[in-house]
Amino acid sequence: MLRTLSRSDWLLLIVFAAVVLTLPWTMQPIGAAYPDLLQKFAIYGLFAIGFNILFGLTGYLSFGHAAFLGVGSYAAVWSFKLLTMNVLPALALSVAVAGVFAFLIGYVSLRRSGIYFSILTLAFAQMSYNLAYSVFTPITNGETGLQVRAIRASAETPLRDGDVRIIDQALGVQEVGIPISNLFGMKMSGYPGFYFCAVLLIIGFFIALSISRSNFGMMLKAIKSNQNRLKYTGVHTRPYLIAAFVISGMYAGLAGSLLSITDPIAGAERMQWTASGEVVLMTILGGAGTLIGPVLGAGLIKYAEQKVSSWNEGILHDAFSLLPGPVQDFFVEFATLFVGEGWHLTLGLMFMIIVIFLPGGLMEGFRRLRRALTSGRSSASRTMSSTSPVQERG
Amino acid sequence: MTFRNPNRRKILKIGAAAGVTTLATPYFFSRGAFAQSMDYRNAPEGDTVTLGFNVPQTGAYADEGADELRAYQLAVEHLNGEGDGGMLNTFSSKALEGNGVNGKKVAFVTGDTQTKSDAARASAKRMIENDGAVMITGGSSSGVAIAVQGLCQEAGVIFMAGLTHSNDTTGKDKRANGFRHFFNTEMTGAALAPVLKNAYGTDRKAYHLTADYTWGWSQEGSIKKYTEQLGWETVDAVRTPLGAGDFSQYLTPVLNSGADVLVLNHYGKDMVNSLTQAVQFGLRDKQVNGKDFVIVVPLYSRLMAQGAGENVKGIFGSTNWHWSLQDEGSKAFVKSFGEKYGFPPSQAAHTCYCQTLLYADAAQRSGTFQPSEVGKALEGFEFDGLGNGPVLYREADHQCFKDVLVVKGKENPDSKFDLLEVVEITPREQVEYPPELLGGELGPYNDGV
Repeated sequence: MLRTLSRSDWLLLIVFAAVVLTLPWTMQPIGAAYPDLLQKFAIYGLFAIGFNILFGLTGYLSFGHAAFLGVGSYAAVWSFKLLTMNVLPALALSVAVAGVFAFLIGYVSLRRSGIYFSILTLAFAQMSYNLAYSVFTPITNGETGLQVRAIRASAETPLRDGDVRIIDQALGVQEVGIPISNLFGMKMSGYPGFYFCAVLLIIGFFIALSISRSNFGMMLKAIKSNQNRLKYTGVHTRPYLIAAFVISGMYAGLAGSLLSITDPIAGAERMQWTASGEVVLMTILGGAGTLIGPVLGAGLIKYAEQKVSSWNEGILHDAFSLLPGPVQDFFVEFATLFVGEGWHLTLGLMFMIIVIFLPGGLMEGFRRLRRALTSGRSSASRTMSSTSPVQERG
Repeated sequence: MTFRNPNRRKILKIGAAAGVTTLATPYFFSRGAFAQSMDYRNAPEGDTVTLGFNVPQTGAYADEGADELRAYQLAVEHLNGEGDGGMLNTFSSKALEGNGVNGKKVAFVTGDTQTKSDAARASAKRMIENDGAVMITGGSSSGVAIAVQGLCQEAGVIFMAGLTHSNDTTGKDKRANGFRHFFNTEMTGAALAPVLKNAYGTDRKAYHLTADYTWGWSQEGSIKKYTEQLGWETVDAVRTPLGAGDFSQYLTPVLNSGADVLVLNHYGKDMVNSLTQAVQFGLRDKQVNGKDFVIVVPLYSRLMAQGAGENVKGIFGSTNWHWSLQDEGSKAFVKSFGEKYGFPPSQAAHTCYCQTLLYADAAQRSGTFQPSEVGKALEGFEFDGLGNGPVLYREADHQCFKDVLVVKGKENPDSKFDLLEVVEITPREQVEYPPELLGGELGPYNDGV
């Protein structure tokens, strides 16, 4: 029935784990080795891996995955407010709530396929966003965002703003100052927070790898390649699709809860359609259907968002300081367009170039590069491989 | 499922992976501890001190953000002794000498808040964790300011709020590490109400359109409170999403509601759009209940007036500062800003410039950048010469108290910048309120260790 992972799969997993865990050192040269960005790499990597289970394997393009991310975030913050500042209940609750939510949306949306499915999911996500933004303000705190409150100078001061923390109170845990999410006393901000996310990313990667290699995964790939033929042979595809949708929604919920765990605030903008579009970009940029691709794409986009947006003219002048005055000014003027507030432009150009020249994303780029290095043969074999990213392992 | 046939090799591999994780982890936990060897977070080690300027470069408040950034750059120049010194020369405290702060040259990093809490916090975290910023300032939205203020409290750096007008910033959501120079909606209400009474009488029916977030709610509440004290009636208050762009669907019901005043609790591009559309709908030409229909924009800025053009003529509002003020501080600031950029500064630029100077001055006076010490130097600090007359940084809620300007769209502007005229300068005593009124708790200072 279920195939076990091959030797190269285990190798992939171990290399992946090693790379993720050493990110704080390897990201040093490009200035990305600080906890917040590393956390974002891991969290959005997880989000993209989950998205890829649906999009990469079944070919169903969901344009509303941010809804599950948002629901997961809110569930986690409510767990902090109502139960405890320990992160484990928050994780469990977020994944469960996102799973149920994904089942409800998936059950309706998966009656259609192709563009209609995309539009349905987009509509649901946008609906969730608007509900979270205005109608559900008592639950979501609208635009301001849901925060863990109750800053207090001493344990005698009662908790406020809807915070009760039943479990913490029952166990006699009394935080003073700002309540901080923790794993049995270990603070979930900074590097410990990154390692927590990283371990979950590796587990998530392992599960995605197993799914991709299992019979269930094979079924999903069959749906992508020809759903009609599958139906003619008597296979009822919908349960498989719903299962894939729910799993991928749970990944998104997990990512959402990690966002809240590393920074206990949840805002409606996480559910906006731009956020849904972002995960599609990440997956396509890295390589849809590949296992590593979405994580790479997520890293690239988060890096652009955090770092490229911070490069101002001063930094550019430093970068081009070797050039003589007027030439330097010209280069700085030109480059200013693409950094700082122009980082969206950079991202857009990069996306266009990759989609036009490397339809299989960055992973296809690496494959071509490897092939070019190992054998300098004709380009015919390269173009042939580019059309089927699904079959690629890793 | 994949463990159906566990064998020795597999178990060894998993064991190895787990081993690597466990071995690597403790190293990292201690790594963070090494980085914080000083007695407060991001204590500057070299000969520079880094400030973080976190402003919206995209979104509904991008114009304000761009102007804030200009002001910050100007402030850094003046602190480092470049340029003409601006308001450093008129500032009542003479601690700063134009050679940096505490003997260190001032450097800065910038970031884009995108007018979103998430993005703003991520950007501020980058400045704190990666760039070593010892103070974060900026924000053109109260939602963002409150979110970043909370972050700075957790991280243990000072937050000098930029343009944020909601009561909650120094009310319900105040934090010990956060300070605000800008005024708030409570002060706007107190200053604006008497002027509205003189201009429009006491028998009016108001209809509010409100930006749906903390600032909008706060301003709607304050304007309601003060106009209802005058005897006005509030017909309805409708919430509109931030950055809506098209307000026609919200404006159509106004005409049939029986209201004769429209209060626009909008700011930035939202206000430009809603006001322009309201005027295009012909609201201002209407007669309702035998009175001229009027529009009020409680929080005004010159940038918005410029965006809305002709439509602002005769419309009342309040502002923190205006470039046409004739005191020495304002003149010095307008002069040095104008020489550098070619146009006068907005109120957002002014408050951000002041906040940078006030922080630098407090750090200089206390001789350190430690948040608790700098905070104590700011608490209860009285100063003058920054364009608003005598100002007090109140200890109880870290809010500045100063005169509030009530302004009106000018009927015959002389230039494209000369769009607002100051109708009244409401004295500080009239807008003061007890700190308990807005609730909240400062909590203890956090130095981040």
